[in-house]
Amino acid sequence: MHDESTRREFFGLAGGAAMLAVTLRPAEATPTMLASAIRNVVGTAPVQAGKVKLEIPPLVENGNTVPMTVSVTSPMAPEEHVRSIHVFNEKNPQPNIGNFYLGPEAGRAQVSTRIRLADSQKVVAIARLSDDSFWSTSVDVVVTLAACTEEVI
Amino acid sequence: MASALINVPAKAKRGDIIEVKTLMSHIMEPGYRRTASGETVPRDIVTSFTCRFNGTEVFRADLFPAIAANPFITFFTTATESGKFEFEWIGDKGFAETASASIVVE
Repeated sequence: MHDESTRREFFGLAGGAAMLAVTLRPAEATPTMLASAIRNVVGTAPVQAGKVKLEIPPLVENGNTVPMTVSVTSPMAPEEHVRSIHVFNEKNPQPNIGNFYLGPEAGRAQVSTRIRLADSQKVVAIARLSDDSFWSTSVDVVVTLAACTEEVI
Repeated sequence: MASALINVPAKAKRGDIIEVKTLMSHIMEPGYRRTASGETVPRDIVTSFTCRFNGTEVFRADLFPAIAANPFITFFTTATESGKFEFEWIGDKGFAETASASIVVE
């Protein structure tokens, strides 16, 4: 059928483009890798949007050091607190950025660090609460100078 | 060679939420970069950071190559009693560093 042939052509082209992308940048996490990295943390539990705040500059000049702060709305009481915060990216060679484990004694569920971003991409933060529910947020970041893959002089 | 910078308030009131800032000087070589001759530079990163207060773990982090060089991590904790924070960084190639900071809680 006509539809079938155009679809095949499309896949052929898409495959070619993917091959080209692979040769140009050999190590790049894909959204599939991001999804599986998230699955490794949350398992089959549903991830709800909200409660988590990810502060990261929307436009980054140097991807080698990007300040990032994750905070979670939580009373941080023994009966209701944040157990861990997990940060992921979409297009670095590896989907994980960091896992942070805290407890009710933290008082405030907030963690800051500096990260590397290899490309303009989406950064995802997921928090695991004491009742084993997962909450997330994501931010799109534009990066002008990429990290991780440049040549060593 | 390696050195740590720790910032913890010297004094706090009981029940105060205090910020702990830590910085470890480390190259955090991600393992994806290549030299001009095309060889991959092997990974050399800090993989784990732990903070204990009077022997009890209060904060822990797993680090990946996406953490920038000289890992800087800040977090919060509640001042409950006077004591000592102990920090530990563990990484590739047998990297292991410790640091400590004391706090007086009134």
